[in-house]
Amino acid sequence: MKTNDVILQTATKVAALVIVLFSIRLFFSGHYYAGGGFVGGLMTSAAIVLIMIAYDLKTVKKIIPINYRMLIAVGLLTSISTGLLAVFNGEPFLTHYFGYFDLPILGKTSLHTASLFDLGVYLVVVGVTMTIIQSIGESE
Amino acid sequence: MSALHWGILLPFIASIFIPILYKAFKRIHTGWFVLPIPIILFLFFISTLPQIKRGEVIYQTTNWIPSLDINFTVIVDGLSLLFALLITGIGSLVVLYSIYYLSKEREKLHNFYVYLLMFMGAMLGVVLSDNLIVLYMFWEFTSLSSFLLIGYWYHRERSRYGAQKSMLITVFGGLSMLGGIVILYAMGGTFSVRELITQADVLITNPMFTSAAILILLGAFTKSAQFPFHIWLPDAMEAPTPVSAYLHSATMVKAGIYLVARLTPIFAFSGYWIWFVAGIGITTLIWGSFSAIRQTDLKGILAFSTVSQLGLIMSLLGVGAAALHFPQIEDNLYIVAVVAAVFHLINHATFKGSLFMVVGIVDHETGTRDIRKLGGLMSLMPITFTIAVIGTLSMAGLPPFNGFLSKEMFFTGMLSLLTLDIFNFENWAVIFPVLAFIASTFTFTYCMILLFKTFAGKLQLEKLEKKPHEAPIGMLISPIILAALVIFFGFFPNTLTDTIIKPASAAILGNVMPMDYHLHISFWHGFQPELYMTIGVFALGFILFKTWPKWKFIYKPFTEKYSFNSLYNNGLLYMEKSSYSLVSSTMTGSIRNYLVFIFLFMVGVVSYTLFSKDAFIVSTADTAPIGFYEIVLAVIIAVASISILFVKSRLTSIIVLGAVGYTVSLFFVIFRAPDLALTQLVVETVSTALFLLCFYHLPEQFRKEERIRFKFTNLVISLGVGVMVTLIALSAHSTKLFDSISQYYVETTYTEAGGKNMVNVILVDYRGLDTMFEITVLGIAALGIYGMIKLRLTKQGGKNLNENE
Repeated sequence: MKTNDVILQTATKVAALVIVLFSIRLFFSGHYYAGGGFVGGLMTSAAIVLIMIAYDLKTVKKIIPINYRMLIAVGLLTSISTGLLAVFNGEPFLTHYFGYFDLPILGKTSLHTASLFDLGVYLVVVGVTMTIIQSIGESE
Repeated sequence: MSALHWGILLPFIASIFIPILYKAFKRIHTGWFVLPIPIILFLFFISTLPQIKRGEVIYQTTNWIPSLDINFTVIVDGLSLLFALLITGIGSLVVLYSIYYLSKEREKLHNFYVYLLMFMGAMLGVVLSDNLIVLYMFWEFTSLSSFLLIGYWYHRERSRYGAQKSMLITVFGGLSMLGGIVILYAMGGTFSVRELITQADVLITNPMFTSAAILILLGAFTKSAQFPFHIWLPDAMEAPTPVSAYLHSATMVKAGIYLVARLTPIFAFSGYWIWFVAGIGITTLIWGSFSAIRQTDLKGILAFSTVSQLGLIMSLLGVGAAALHFPQIEDNLYIVAVVAAVFHLINHATFKGSLFMVVGIVDHETGTRDIRKLGGLMSLMPITFTIAVIGTLSMAGLPPFNGFLSKEMFFTGMLSLLTLDIFNFENWAVIFPVLAFIASTFTFTYCMILLFKTFAGKLQLEKLEKKPHEAPIGMLISPIILAALVIFFGFFPNTLTDTIIKPASAAILGNVMPMDYHLHISFWHGFQPELYMTIGVFALGFILFKTWPKWKFIYKPFTEKYSFNSLYNNGLLYMEKSSYSLVSSTMTGSIRNYLVFIFLFMVGVVSYTLFSKDAFIVSTADTAPIGFYEIVLAVIIAVASISILFVKSRLTSIIVLGAVGYTVSLFFVIFRAPDLALTQLVVETVSTALFLLCFYHLPEQFRKEERIRFKFTNLVISLGVGVMVTLIALSAHSTKLFDSISQYYVETTYTEAGGKNMVNVILVDYRGLDTMFEITVLGIAALGIYGMIKLRLTKQGGKNLNENE
């Protein structure tokens, strides 16, 4: 898949960054507003796919040298070990905790173990979509 | 978690470290790292002996799944302790023996010892658990490790065959047993053996009682290789000899006996139980000993001998169960049968263990186990020969070895049946002593064959692969210890009686066996029927041995064609064939076919349920008014969907499909579901991109199939699915069987989970387990797609995988 669309490539440089930032925002806002790990992950993948379409797979691999299959594993481990935290605390698997903390710069913030779990979901979704798209796109 | 729990788990934990130690210390035989584990456990269990001797019971429990009444409860009583000592004691000797038997250069030792430790832990779990579900779990673990150990030399076809056979038969039994356990739970309301025993008199009145008994017996009989399930044991001899000595003679095959003994107090009141256990036991005894004579492989002889000896113990337990019917009698005859079973269990482990090790030595030093090639090893291997003499003579039942004592008690037990007058035994009991006598004669004969064909006669050096010589001392230590025990228990049986036999028998018999029951085993009982039977066995057995193979013709009717083996083989072959033809007729490789199956099935099942349950209702009670936007969106979706059917190019159809997807997300917006709308939008975008990528792989032609019949099928199925989904949607809306749980989430999302976005909080918190498994499935799917594409690439173009990395 070789393309040389200058307009698309130039626009992508800006748009991809915006999309990724927005996807991170979506991820973090999940607990209170619309969003969450699943949508956030998909949105990130969409940004990467956009870069892929504008440039080509090899270039993208150079820019983002991530093994997406490992990302799946890391994501799954993150989610499962978050769930296990509760087990070591003597409570049922996947019990979540949350609390309010005063952080520098951010001020009063609520922190949830649920968002760690969601981070796992995010990573898995990125890993899965990119593994599929990459392996299908590569097999020329 | 008490020391006992950790004791059971210790082998499992150790097995994690064995491969690491194997890799790290290549020059040291891995067996040396394993050896301390059974020894420590053996010493640990020995230390509880004084308590058990006093008739106490050690009880430790820890919660596992209390909501399902599944707790890891460990109980040590006489019976459990006896088995635990056998497992760890014989285990230590076998590990020591294996260090010299398995070469550290050629063998995959880490595999071997991991399986062996897994087995050890599982077996301890079986005999120490009180909870039947936990017991079942460990039970299947023993089947699994036995499978792995039989298939240890997996490059051999016979090993794989034997492994599969043992697995299929024992797991079939295990699953039946699980059924029996569930029925027991349904009847008694508990998985605990102790609690079930206290309810024994209530349970027997339950109509399901007999089925539970039969199902559990299936488990025990398959595991203990009882007729006709014995066929797996001779094939299991493909395992390395230490494994045969340990699993397939001394411990695992006795798990079935343990189970029968353990559950005797519950089931003994049933006549079926006594008849089944005693009857199958005695059948196994005679069939095993009869078949052992015609074997030419030393391990084959020992395998059938093990089958028959297990039958012997089983039949004794069956007879012993009768003791529970006469709790009031002072001099209860049938207690002897149980004592004999326990005593013979110990004796069998000692003499059979030593014999297996002797056979291993012969195999190791000569390169063959075929008695037609062997002979005259007596002078070349004097120590091995001495051990073999002790082992075989004990097995044959000759004095002064321990086998003689338990064989005499076996006769006593069988003769005691003559006085039993319940469950029709008064008419049929005479069969038992007769069969016992005949089987013992056969046993004597094959023992002589085993001993003399190997060690006496002419040495046939030209038929042997190696020049035989005495085994290294390390290999001899274990069988020497066992042979010494054979003699020791023969001369001083009463060292065992009070310490372990009595507590173990008491555990089987419960209150029937009084605490002050006087138990004394002695050589000389005076001129009793048992003595005459023993003399008869020796005389007749000797004649049979001397005239063998002149009477070989009696084996003629028992050809391979009509054996249980061929039943098993043909059954397996037929099952494989029919499943293959079923699969090849349905799995065509065409996605359309699969979709047709799925949709037809779905439409059929759902609409049948919908109409048979009369569930189709349309109520317009609380429907919202249909607004302008909704009509517009519905029209767009309808137009777009229909136009897909007429589109000529693939690209257009993908774009139109995308339009449908985006319109659906607008619906979500109207119905105030921002999360869904957002997800739908992104999914639609990413999947369109994916479609574009897939273009490359799709065939050039788009919609080449234009036949009317093909299109008509598509139309019917599509219509069916559409109509069905619409009807379901309408009925689902109109039927409110209970209040919606959404209010619960509305109320608790903030207070319980600290979040305001209900959808997301449900996903990550309330139903986190679902999400966890969903992402797992996603991951598996992605890896599947990756593997599929990469594999196809390497096959077609011969490209290297790394090229695409």
